[in-house]
Amino acid sequence: MKTQYRIKVLNRNQEFFCDKETSLLKHFENSKKDGVKIGCRGGGCGVCKIRIVTGEFTCKAMSKAHVTPSDIDEGYVLACRTYPKSHLTIELLNN
Amino acid sequence: MKKGVMRPGHVQIRVLEMEEALKHYRDLIGLIEMDRDDQGRVYLKAWTEVDKYSVILREADEPGLDFIGFKCLNENTLDKLNIDLIEFGCRTKELPANNLKDCGRRIQFTTPTGHTFELFANKKQTGKWGLDNVNPEAWPEGLTGMKAVRFDHCLLYGPDIEKTTQLFCNVLGFDVAEQVIDENNVRISSFLTCSSKAHDIAFINHDEPGKFHHASFWLETWEDILRAADLISMKDVALDIGPTRHGLTHGKTIYFFDPSGNRSEVFCGGDYHYPDHPTVTWQAEALGKAIFYHDRALNERFLTVLT
Repeated sequence: MKTQYRIKVLNRNQEFFCDKETSLLKHFENSKKDGVKIGCRGGGCGVCKIRIVTGEFTCKAMSKAHVTPSDIDEGYVLACRTYPKSHLTIELLNN
Repeated sequence: MKKGVMRPGHVQIRVLEMEEALKHYRDLIGLIEMDRDDQGRVYLKAWTEVDKYSVILREADEPGLDFIGFKCLNENTLDKLNIDLIEFGCRTKELPANNLKDCGRRIQFTTPTGHTFELFANKKQTGKWGLDNVNPEAWPEGLTGMKAVRFDHCLLYGPDIEKTTQLFCNVLGFDVAEQVIDENNVRISSFLTCSSKAHDIAFINHDEPGKFHHASFWLETWEDILRAADLISMKDVALDIGPTRHGLTHGKTIYFFDPSGNRSEVFCGGDYHYPDHPTVTWQAEALGKAIFYHDRALNERFLTVLT
């Protein structure tokens, strides 16, 4: 069984589990959870931007129009391109 | 083709990862990879197209549209349209032959909506893929995925639809086949044609300039659209909406995203337009039905998710 990481959503008082091969957005979409907008699912449109507050993660390529390298350093990422590598605390943005 | 602009000739699309993009445009949509260049760009075409390529993919760190090229009758037309564009108020730039592989010189300009267009008159012709010009068979064997028949049009989002419409009609000889007007009779969308197709290019009003909504590829039948939908599910491709029908142009359609978030459409059927046809008008209060004829309701993602 794949390792499941605990994802705590700060401003929703919500928790869910996600493996390293499932993007955070895919989890939201599959589980019909609201809070993150579903856009292009390919890192291009920017509507699923969230902030990772704590924890380790990997990201696939994202449009620099929506996420700059310094954004990533501050934890701002697109949920569709972000995969957990540890338990995470995340914050949903006003999108 | 009132001013010698014949058809959409090519679109250059930026993608985040080339090999992933090729799985989409080549393996799924069914375009044929024709060439690559020393900048890493990949050139593709749909099988019925006579010119060597119609889609160019460029790897970049921001997806979206680089430019759309329209093919003109001849080099004299290019010179004439260059003057007309400058008189209209556009700044034009001439790119030399072979800046795009096997393509003649191109005249580039920017529309008031903030999109880069270009005109060209010559491109190497390789003929319909897999078929002879003499006694041709119905279709070639060896096509993949959705087996796209041709690159058909793009839909772009940006400001100043009115001036852009004037540019396409008055300078480039297009007609407004269909339009959407708001409650104050202001045009908020133009579907423009230089042929008898319902659209060769379309624009929707949007504050941010230069945005790309989709590139569209033509399939022959509704059955082909359903088969495209099957492939989208089989390959777990990001679906936008469909299969459904548009009110605007009445095309039967499905929308989905490439791996970089650029939207693609495959569609079939729909209306046609001749220069003596009056413009078909959709009122903003019927916009839901205009865009999705069956749901009759707007979908926020379709209106706002762009690259």
